[in-house]
Amino acid sequence: MTAPTPRRWVEICRLSDIPKLGSRVIPGPEGNIAVFRAHRDRLFALDDRCPHKGGPLSQGIVHGDWVACPLHNWQIGLESGEAKAPDKGCTRRHPVKAEGDRIWLWLDFGAVGVDAEDRPTASAQAAA
Amino acid sequence: MARDNPEQPHLVVIGNGMAGCRAIEEILKRSPGKFRISVFGAEPRVNYNRIMLSPVLAGDKSFDEIVINDQAWYDDNAITLYSGDAVTGIDRAAKTVTAASGLVVDYDTLLIATGSTPFVIPVPGVDLPGVVTFRDMDDVDKMLVAAEGGGRAVVIGGGLLGLEAAHGLCLRGMQVTVVHLMGHLMERQLDEAAGYLLRTELERRGQTILTTAHTAAVIGEAILGEERVSGVALKDGTILPADIVVMAVGIRPDTALAKAAGLETGRGIIVDDHMVTSDPSILAVGECVEHRGACYGLVAPLWDMCHALADGLAETPTGYTGSVTSTKLKVSGIDLFSAGDFSGGEGTEDIVLRDAHRGIYKRLVVADDKLIGAVLYGDTADGNWYFQLLKDGTDIAPLRDNLIFGQAFAGTAHDPSAAVAALSPQAEICGCNGVSKGTICGAIADGATTLDALRKCTKASASCGSCTGLVEQLLVLELGGEYAHAGVKSMCDCTDQTHDDVRKLIRLHGLKTIPAVLQELEWNTPNGCPSCRPALNYYLLCEWPGDYVDDKQSRYINERAHGNIQKDGTFSVVPRMWGGLTSANELRAIADVVDKFNVAVVKVTGGQRLDLFGIKKEDLPAVWADLGAAGMVSGHAYAKALRTVKTCVGSDWCRFGTQDSTGLGVQLEKISWGSNMPHKFKMAVSGCPRNCAEATIKDFGVICVDSGYELHIGGNGGIKVRVTDLLCKVATESEAIEHACAFVQLYREEARYLDRTAPWVERVGLDYIRGVVVDDAEGRAALAARFLYSQQFMQDDPWAARAKGFDADEFATLAAPVLEPAQ
Ligand code: SRM
Ligand SMILES: Cc1cc2nc3c(=O)[nH]c(=O)nc-3n(C[C@H](O)[C@H](O)[C@H](O)COP(=O)(O)OP(=O)(O)OC[C@H]3O[C@@H](n4cnc5c(N)ncnc54)[C@H](O)[C@@H]3O)c2cc1C
Ligand code: SF4
Ligand code: FES
Repeated sequence: MTAPTPRRWVEICRLSDIPKLGSRVIPGPEGNIAVFRAHRDRLFALDDRCPHKGGPLSQGIVHGDWVACPLHNWQIGLESGEAKAPDKGCTRRHPVKAEGDRIWLWLDFGAVGVDAEDRPTASAQAAA
Repeated sequence: MARDNPEQPHLVVIGNGMAGCRAIEEILKRSPGKFRISVFGAEPRVNYNRIMLSPVLAGDKSFDEIVINDQAWYDDNAITLYSGDAVTGIDRAAKTVTAASGLVVDYDTLLIATGSTPFVIPVPGVDLPGVVTFRDMDDVDKMLVAAEGGGRAVVIGGGLLGLEAAHGLCLRGMQVTVVHLMGHLMERQLDEAAGYLLRTELERRGQTILTTAHTAAVIGEAILGEERVSGVALKDGTILPADIVVMAVGIRPDTALAKAAGLETGRGIIVDDHMVTSDPSILAVGECVEHRGACYGLVAPLWDMCHALADGLAETPTGYTGSVTSTKLKVSGIDLFSAGDFSGGEGTEDIVLRDAHRGIYKRLVVADDKLIGAVLYGDTADGNWYFQLLKDGTDIAPLRDNLIFGQAFAGTAHDPSAAVAALSPQAEICGCNGVSKGTICGAIADGATTLDALRKCTKASASCGSCTGLVEQLLVLELGGEYAHAGVKSMCDCTDQTHDDVRKLIRLHGLKTIPAVLQELEWNTPNGCPSCRPALNYYLLCEWPGDYVDDKQSRYINERAHGNIQKDGTFSVVPRMWGGLTSANELRAIADVVDKFNVAVVKVTGGQRLDLFGIKKEDLPAVWADLGAAGMVSGHAYAKALRTVKTCVGSDWCRFGTQDSTGLGVQLEKISWGSNMPHKFKMAVSGCPRNCAEATIKDFGVICVDSGYELHIGGNGGIKVRVTDLLCKVATESEAIEHACAFVQLYREEARYLDRTAPWVERVGLDYIRGVVVDDAEGRAALAARFLYSQQFMQDDPWAARAKGFDADEFATLAAPVLEPAQ
């Protein structure tokens, strides 16, 4: 028996629930997801795990479109999920979008046969 | 009256506004006489320039001056104008429109140009007389009547429209408060830095600007039997008295007629590239349409739409492909321009120029060697040039180095010492010796052209040395290329300024927020980095006690969550145990917390405290509530702050004890707990020279002796052990405490962020510190007084507040999404 695939947009919070240059954590079926509100209210979502040693990225300092991991200060790009050189590693991204003040997250955990094109783009700017 | 000519098809236009009439002009240009034209306008007047309502409100223009097409234009072109008569329905099958007056007119081609309607936030009281929107001449008239009596205006909405309304009302003599939901003004057009400048200027002009302000209700009161608006209530409980309330929070495309007629609509009326709706006989243009998913609220796109529309009707279709827009604010004396996408992001690069002296901020956003966004404040002369580069997608690689300086400036380099140049001659550069900029520049002119020479003749930077960078910048300014300076290290890559200079400039320019520092000191990144932001937050906090509002997002997670983050993401909790003392009551509370929250490990720390490990972030407030109930406060084991005061048992019990070391340690801790510092700060008091409390590797250590107290400074365990220097010896406890307070404050005011006392003492030298803290009794008292003053604001237990719900969002995760099967 296969469980239904939760592959769709889910509404998670309001823009004002996430502090400016900050983040909130949402429990996902495969671990926590950190939703970031970066410079100019750009929104990003990443697995809340640093590619280095699993540090909770949600707890880091957000600057520009980067977050500094709280454990050993790796700089992770919010848009790509990738660590800034010379460090190497990548954290899984999740599409997130804003409709007015409402924020939606795309969940496609364990999705089978999802075409890359089906997946919405990874970031969105909060429409004010 | 319609001039009947059966051969001519009848074009009926709904909306006598900017797009409707421009469309007619374009049609007449291409195909004169092709249509018989009728226009319905809900407003009882001819076609005027809506964007000029702001100058009308401000008193710069009269209505007559903003008319675009007067009655003669309608007459000359045989256009029938039904003004003051709104269309109420469209019958697509019969091809007729019905107006409010009952008039029914048939059409061959229908053009909908109904514009937008102002959005009114759905809070109680918005229907009260005295609440107006800002869309048409009637609204302006209402505002002008209200302004006659002076009084107060509240403008809800800090976007373009709201600010233009506020400006007009302010010029008309009203006291204006702008209530804006978002964190900074015009957030859709401006980034935070430009928003800050705009706000500062508007406040200087007497407006009150409230950001992150949520309107809860409009309140009214009965005056002479009629209920009228009397104020606005905010969610935080603030009541703003008001004689008029202007609602300027946004606009919605007016699609009501189209929707009722069954045309396809989204946010606006859906049109194709030729402005044709889902019904081939019906076109739409202006703010009411949605084209390729976009709706517009500015006039430039309308002109392009009208072109495409007329080309289509003339059977020479060109097609509209969408617009890139730019914005200017029409408030006299404020130059502001924004265009394109300036949100930045990966793969884009910011070029930032800040000239605090001239109040200028420019930010260009570049991606793949193309300009994709621009924000200009203070100097918008190059706005159109940038906009052109942006629209044309010009390759800017060859221009890049000088792009930010504008079209005319190829080659001049930006001068990083502008902030110093901007200081007045009276500004004090060297605080230790009270030397002003004027004195230093005078000495340079008189031949003191090296740092050493200046130190000798003016004493500037001759004491603690923290103003060396500023003095060197003055040498550069005065001598230009003749002075080769020693290259002081800047604070981080975001700025050319050093830590010491930044602190000085914060004081001299009276800067009180992080955005203010970034702007005035010309940071080259939009919001700093993890290295400068925490430093700035500390410098501001230290400089303006009681005044500065802490910026939580500029603190490292430990200081934000008030615990130490562990490698698995849990936190440790160390309650304060004054001087290392505890009691049965405290131990019982700790034991209960250990049971209740399944605390993994309890450890006695090197600082004489108990550390509880493995606590989940969500549980922290509850843990603190339980510890707080037993009287315990935060041990700040996580903070750049006073950590612990270690003590030994002292004269109360120990056979060698000379003084009450435990008692003095407790007193020192009670005075200094909660204080933020450049780095962590530890103290200890040992009861005799056997030194069981290890006072000689502490930042401030006391060794009790028979005749009094030896005070030691600048010790450090850790990676590089440093034994303390003896500062002095004092006879009484109260002297020991005063010296401790003075030393702590000197460290707080003068050390660089993340300097512990050991490297700081080595840098400035023991003699300097003795000079200030020991030899100068008055100076010592003043330092101690400043410390005690700032402690009034620091000694609020952060745990207690959070246990009561303060900052609850920091500790709560969002609710997990409900994952029922997708349909
Ligand atoms: C808990 C404790 C070890 C213990 O179990 O005894 C401890 C634990 C940590 N120390 Fe320490 N230090 C502890 C006493 C000390 C001492 C001894 C003392 O205070 O008398 C020292 C040497 C004295 C000194 O500070 O000069 C000490 C020198 C350090 C250093 C090196 C500081 C330096 O300037 O070189 C660091 C690193 C830092 O702060 O950057 C550090 C950092 C740390 C951190 C905060 C590492 C981190 O960033 O996560 C550890 C946090 C553990 C946690 O989550 O609670 N710890 N650490 C001690 C807590 C004392 C307290 O009650 O508050
Ligand atoms: C105060 C102010 C300042 C502005 N400043 C600027 C600026 O600086 N730069 C800029 O680019 N833009 C600015 N704008 C926006 C600009 O004015 C609009 O983008 C433009 O007016 C839109 O044109 P439109 O024809 O679509 O709508 P409108 O100009 O609003 O015209 C629509 C007309 O249709 C009428 N109407 C609606 N329904 C019916 C009906 N059922 N029957 C008959 N008539 C109807 C309305 O009464 C209205 O007269 C400003 C707007 C305002 C209000
Ligand atoms: S000595 Fe090292 S491992 Fe031990 S607590 Fe201190 S920082 Fe952590
Ligand atoms: S776990 Fe993120 S930097 Fe080490």
